[in-house]
Amino acid sequence: MNRFATGVLILSALLAASCSRKSDSAALKPTAFGAAIVESSGGKQFGQAGTSLPQPVIVQVNDQQGAAVAGALVEFAAAPGVTFDPASALTDSSGQVTTNIALGGMAGRYQITASTLDKSHKKVELKIEEIALGYQQTLGRRLNEQYCDRCHNAESTAERVSNYDNLDVKPHPFSEGETLNKLSDADLTAIITYGGPALNKSALMPAWGNTLKKADVQALIAYIRAVSDPPSRSAGALFAKD
Amino acid sequence: MKEKLRSLWQKLFGDSVRAFGVVSLVFLASMAIAPAKNFFSEWRHFQHGYLSVIRNRSEANTLRRHFNGGIQQIWLPDLGVVDRCTSCHVGLKEPTLTDVDQQPYRKHPVIPHNLDQFGCTVCHRGQGAATTVAEAHSSTLAWEQPILPAKFIESSCGQCHRGPLPGTPQLNLGRNLVSRSGCVHCHAVKLPDGSTVKATDDPPSLSHIADKTTREWIYAWLKDPQAYAVTSTMPNFKLSDADARDVSAFLIANSTPVPGDNVTLPAKASSDPIAGASLYGQSFCASCHAVQNAAGNVVGGDVGPELTRIGSKVKPEWLQAWVRNPRVYDPPTGMPHYRFSDSQVATLTGFLLAKTDSDLLANVHLDAATPEQIAHGKRLVSDYGCASCHEITGVKKPENFAPELSRIGSKPITQLIFLQGMQHTLPDYIAGKIKQPRAFAPGLKMPQYTFTPAQIDALTTALLSLNDRSYSLPPSFAVAAPRESDYQPAGKAGKLMADLACFSCHRINGHGGDMAPDLTWEGSSVQREWLVQFFKNPGTLRPALIRRMPKFNLTDGEIGELTDYIMTVYQSPAVDRDSIPLSGDPQGQIELGKQLFYGKYSCQGCHIVDTKTDKGYIGPTLTQVGSRLTAAWIYQWMKNPQALRPGTIEPNRVMSDEDARALTAFLISQKGGGKQEAAKK
Repeated sequence: MNRFATGVLILSALLAASCSRKSDSAALKPTAFGAAIVESSGGKQFGQAGTSLPQPVIVQVNDQQGAAVAGALVEFAAAPGVTFDPASALTDSSGQVTTNIALGGMAGRYQITASTLDKSHKKVELKIEEIALGYQQTLGRRLNEQYCDRCHNAESTAERVSNYDNLDVKPHPFSEGETLNKLSDADLTAIITYGGPALNKSALMPAWGNTLKKADVQALIAYIRAVSDPPSRSAGALFAKD
Repeated sequence: MKEKLRSLWQKLFGDSVRAFGVVSLVFLASMAIAPAKNFFSEWRHFQHGYLSVIRNRSEANTLRRHFNGGIQQIWLPDLGVVDRCTSCHVGLKEPTLTDVDQQPYRKHPVIPHNLDQFGCTVCHRGQGAATTVAEAHSSTLAWEQPILPAKFIESSCGQCHRGPLPGTPQLNLGRNLVSRSGCVHCHAVKLPDGSTVKATDDPPSLSHIADKTTREWIYAWLKDPQAYAVTSTMPNFKLSDADARDVSAFLIANSTPVPGDNVTLPAKASSDPIAGASLYGQSFCASCHAVQNAAGNVVGGDVGPELTRIGSKVKPEWLQAWVRNPRVYDPPTGMPHYRFSDSQVATLTGFLLAKTDSDLLANVHLDAATPEQIAHGKRLVSDYGCASCHEITGVKKPENFAPELSRIGSKPITQLIFLQGMQHTLPDYIAGKIKQPRAFAPGLKMPQYTFTPAQIDALTTALLSLNDRSYSLPPSFAVAAPRESDYQPAGKAGKLMADLACFSCHRINGHGGDMAPDLTWEGSSVQREWLVQFFKNPGTLRPALIRRMPKFNLTDGEIGELTDYIMTVYQSPAVDRDSIPLSGDPQGQIELGKQLFYGKYSCQGCHIVDTKTDKGYIGPTLTQVGSRLTAAWIYQWMKNPQALRPGTIEPNRVMSDEDARALTAFLISQKGGGKQEAAKK
């Protein structure tokens, strides 16, 4: 009897909770409907597993002519563990919705689904990928910033002027999956450890084997694999909703 | 009814044989309860699941051989670990399971520690001895410690590692914030090794505040520090108008003039914005001070205060005196004494005074303070613990002003009061307290900070690392932080270096900043004449860097003093400065060095020797390196750069003696002749 009562209580509490959540999103009534949803910015970022991405994700709802639609409802969804702030919102006057995303606790790629309804109330979806770095990749990222980025990243920042353009033989940016995915871990280890000539490549890539530890080289490779685009097979799982 | 019962009784226990049979059955059934419970247990279910996950894999046989059924346990008496997590998390140590994303079968990501040596709960928390998911992962009535969310996992590294680690950026940032944001001015944080966390910020003394600024500015600042400077780390105490009026009244009334001050000199600010901006740039003020530009971006360093609205804050006389010599007002300041000429002082003062914001003080109208207001202001100053951070004449720094945080990361949830709608976990509580400290109860004094969500997570991570386990782990596990030395150079040169605040940017013998090169071995590294010229005109080295050595108007005597000291004292035992001559190498060797430079070692990727062909811009330009560095230093640097300057990004190429000698010959022949020729023309 007692158990039954508890059961009923829990059930009703759950019901109430789910109802209240429903009423939350019901408060957002779309005033317009678009035909397409596109990414404005914030895709392909990488952050540490479990933490917020450095930049928000911004998506835009357009109509059939490609003009921005204000007042359309956009909902975000992803694998469990990913949180959105906010998880759903109406597009602003420029047709955009901005959300801050914290990725789940496991390293890997996360698929974010942004969806809106078109005029016939059919779901239109946009899939964006974000990358969560685990311990090893985080370590690799730091090593990359210290040793590699200045040549391998063509973009300059206020703090770091890129050396990419100064090199006669251009280094491969680490996101260049098409080239780097073809190289085995053993080959990458050889190039980093013994320099470019180890694989008949340019001597402008020096040997790092006496500066970096073995674990450092492994961490760098884990980072390179994690940020490669298209994704490397060893980049780990893709986490998507359900 | 009675009849029926009686007949049932007769059927079951009518005679002794029947009774024996029934009792035996009941007994047997009850005996089966325990094995049945065991048979249907969660962990067995997960182990079956694991076996079906690995069944169709190519390496199934290997995996099956590694698999042990039954409850697994990692028992580490030293660490107080009894972890049965591996009963369900069966594949943690299987390197081939990288593609399995289903829990509890995922492989553990690569970390520098071994599972069998540390167990699971040392890092992840949770109840190691539990054998059900709910009891292992969540708080239940009997087991309080839930799993630590992955977001804060770096806090566990901090239980043993007291210093920054390359793989824990969040923990490093959090610890940095704890000592930089003023937390430890009020909250004591003791570490297991007996030391206490020291504050690294340096809130200004308020004892002479009336020299520096007005009561109106103090009022506006107290009401909203970030309205004056977005980067301000001063928290908002949410004072009422009357309270802010009284605190400002007290601070002004309590202020005494700086002894021997030259603030009394009338300000002779010159208004030449172009000359001012140029002097501001040449002096590299932006290396330490930030200014918010028209687009709202804050540009510049965060060593000194932001200067966006400095003209609305300071009194012109004070600013002029400060620019002339900051050490008069604040002897230990990190700002160098630039030795500006009178006209430079006027130019810079005028330039800075023009940085005003008319909105800032527009609505501040204060009547003359009454004695009651001043007395009330003094009471508020001690109530809010202002003297925990700021030196204030006549107000003692309070002891134990706020709760100690040495073990905050283990605070039992039962002792916490949560806000409505908040998750009942310790990390959420800590983050909530940082985010809105006054919301937890009326009358709380902790001020409102302006941390970003990422900073709050980092702070929470750092605070979670201050826990009971960090005390109970064997001391041999502790990895000490690198000691910050309190090295101070002696004598006249030492005094000069303190006056120029060399240690604000440079590090010597483990003491000082990291903005500029470590000078511990500078005397072995550079040639005397170059150093003299560099002090006279520091713009020659790496002219494109944003942060550079400013030009101090040093006298020849001062330059001599500094150069002698550096050349004599800062010598490396590994480099005998005079062992290799600075010229006279055979042409063949120079040629060989050149070939090595452009071929085998391809140094031109990062360095420039010939400005016509080389473009590398990572390392310093080497066109005049033969006039700058000693040959012995270059040689040793070729052999092992990290041995001379730990952490330098020049890769160690493990050169043969011959290669290193030839490269040294080539580099030391680069005396910057091109420039001299140009000068002749």
